Amino acid sequence: MLPLLVLAPLVGLIILNLPIKAFNRTLFAVVGLVLALGQIALVWANPPGFLELSSPGGLVLGLVEDNLARIMLVAIGMALAAAIVVGHETIKEESRQRSFINLILVSMMGMNGTVLLTDLFSLYVFIEITGVASFIMIALHRGKDAIEGAFKYLILSAVAGALMLLGVAFFLLTAGATDFSSVSGALAEGAPHPGIARVAMGVFICGLFVKGGMVPFHGWLPAAYSTAPSGVSVMLAGIATKVSGVYALIRVVRFVFAQDPAVSQILLILGILSIVVGALAALGQTDLKRMLAYSSISQVGYIILAVGCGTEVAMAGAVFHLFNHAVFKSLLFSNSAAVEQQLGTTDMDQMGGLGTKMPITSLTATIALLSTAGIPPLSGFWSKLIIVAALWHAGLHGYAVIAVLSSLLTLAYFLGMERRAFFGKVTPAVANVREANLVLLAPAVLLALVTIGLGLCFPYLAESFMVLGRDRLW
Amino acid sequence: MCDYVIELILLGGLVLSALWAVLSPRLLRSVLALALASIMVTLLLFRLRSPLAGVFELSVCAGLISAVFLSVISMTQPDTETSVNKENRERLRRYWYLPVILVLVGLALCRLELPNFPLAEEIGGSVRDVLWNVRQLDLLGQIVILLAGAFGVVVLFKEWRNER
Repeated sequence: MLPLLVLAPLVGLIILNLPIKAFNRTLFAVVGLVLALGQIALVWANPPGFLELSSPGGLVLGLVEDNLARIMLVAIGMALAAAIVVGHETIKEESRQRSFINLILVSMMGMNGTVLLTDLFSLYVFIEITGVASFIMIALHRGKDAIEGAFKYLILSAVAGALMLLGVAFFLLTAGATDFSSVSGALAEGAPHPGIARVAMGVFICGLFVKGGMVPFHGWLPAAYSTAPSGVSVMLAGIATKVSGVYALIRVVRFVFAQDPAVSQILLILGILSIVVGALAALGQTDLKRMLAYSSISQVGYIILAVGCGTEVAMAGAVFHLFNHAVFKSLLFSNSAAVEQQLGTTDMDQMGGLGTKMPITSLTATIALLSTAGIPPLSGFWSKLIIVAALWHAGLHGYAVIAVLSSLLTLAYFLGMERRAFFGKVTPAVANVREANLVLLAPAVLLALVTIGLGLCFPYLAESFMVLGRDRLW
Repeated sequence: MCDYVIELILLGGLVLSALWAVLSPRLLRSVLALALASIMVTLLLFRLRSPLAGVFELSVCAGLISAVFLSVISMTQPDTETSVNKENRERLRRYWYLPVILVLVGLALCRLELPNFPLAEEIGGSVRDVLWNVRQLDLLGQIVILLAGAFGVVVLFKEWRNER
């Protein structure tokens, strides 16, 4: 099953580009949806596994599907399904819709490979696949702002790729190989050149920081998220940067670098910086998508903080918050797409009283923002509680206090958004607006139900998010 | 230092070609400069006893990539030379210190006593063996990146040319 998850999107891509006249934009979207949802079903139906592909050259290429990978595969399936539906409703031109689905399948292959492979160089290659597809999708409509956003992302992504490749080269020189087990073994036994190994860790992680849009490497993120077409924003914010940057960071820091103390300290500092800087920047935004982009930076900071803490409970909190973030950020960008489609703008100063005109969009947005802010009994409450408790238990009291206070900032900017956009007097721009159609509402409603369900059922699902110890397979 | 005179000359040529590629007001000349930079890298790889890597660099970067750039340039509408020259002067005024920093960092790194690393063959076999027998999934990944690039050309340039 494991190679299937990497090859199925490629097969879908080939089939969709055969010269068959019956393929219209809806069929394209249906095929993409089947692959995304099929991935979730496949992961659910099969037990965890580890597959070794041996080659004549003797290298063992590993594909791992532990708890961490399974959670990510489900998150990828959900976020891409939402992106495909939103893209189908908001991209009306046939050729552009086809290009969108083609690139979604390319990025799906990239993300699945990133999650499953157990080699640093392969990780780099598949992260680049996702990056190239993302850059092109941001510029899909070829507007001036979108091309600028895509260009910023391209340049910084190229720098990140160069840093990662440099790190891989140094690991190859010091450890003699680039697969996870060889590198982690060499680091554990004491690499022959410890200084070079440290430099390798540092540059590789810097590359992942840029990919994940973490402070202070977040400059490209607000422009890319806010100027991209709606379906692309759902994909980028919901899952692409989470897989390329955050998941890869968790995998590498915990399972390859074995929670190196210097790296952990850097993660703690950058995590808290991301939380505070992202939240403060979100407070001052008037554009809905830019506010959501800065909110993403802030929420990713919680995940990085937990990874820096490094205890088993903290890692569970990090992974759970990563999953939650994929869900509620996809939901919020789906809401943003519905608003943009009806209103023609994402400027919050022109919105007002949208709650009366778009009640379902408003309700699902409220659920997402309450979960983001950590209000019980929604899923975001549990993940933030676990992270704060883990920090406190590990003696990192200062970080725990700042994390809690920043949640108040999160509530502040989201309540501000609610008051401006959804509550209050109906503005002239909103007077003739109607609720989005059922197809565009479907991903928002389903993701809202997942947010509520995860929150209510978390005590029964907690084991699924334990990613250390028991389920380490190599 | 005297042992590396040829390498230093090639590195200097590489930096100058890269600067020419970035600062040239004409896209075609930029592409030629980029191809020249790839040739410098190829020669460096031959000097570092990685001939197969050099062959790949020459055929893919100097050859295939230049061809792709030229086909894309044929679909674009270039800026006027006056506006490009103006932008270049502004860019030089703002970022003149970057190549200077690069050279100073390079000279500082030359003074470091780096350990002797094993040759590529001692680490993991020949380039041919690694490429075709060991890294098949990565080759597939790189083919997919090229495919994504092709989609990019269609999305960003082909439709625009049709609209014009």
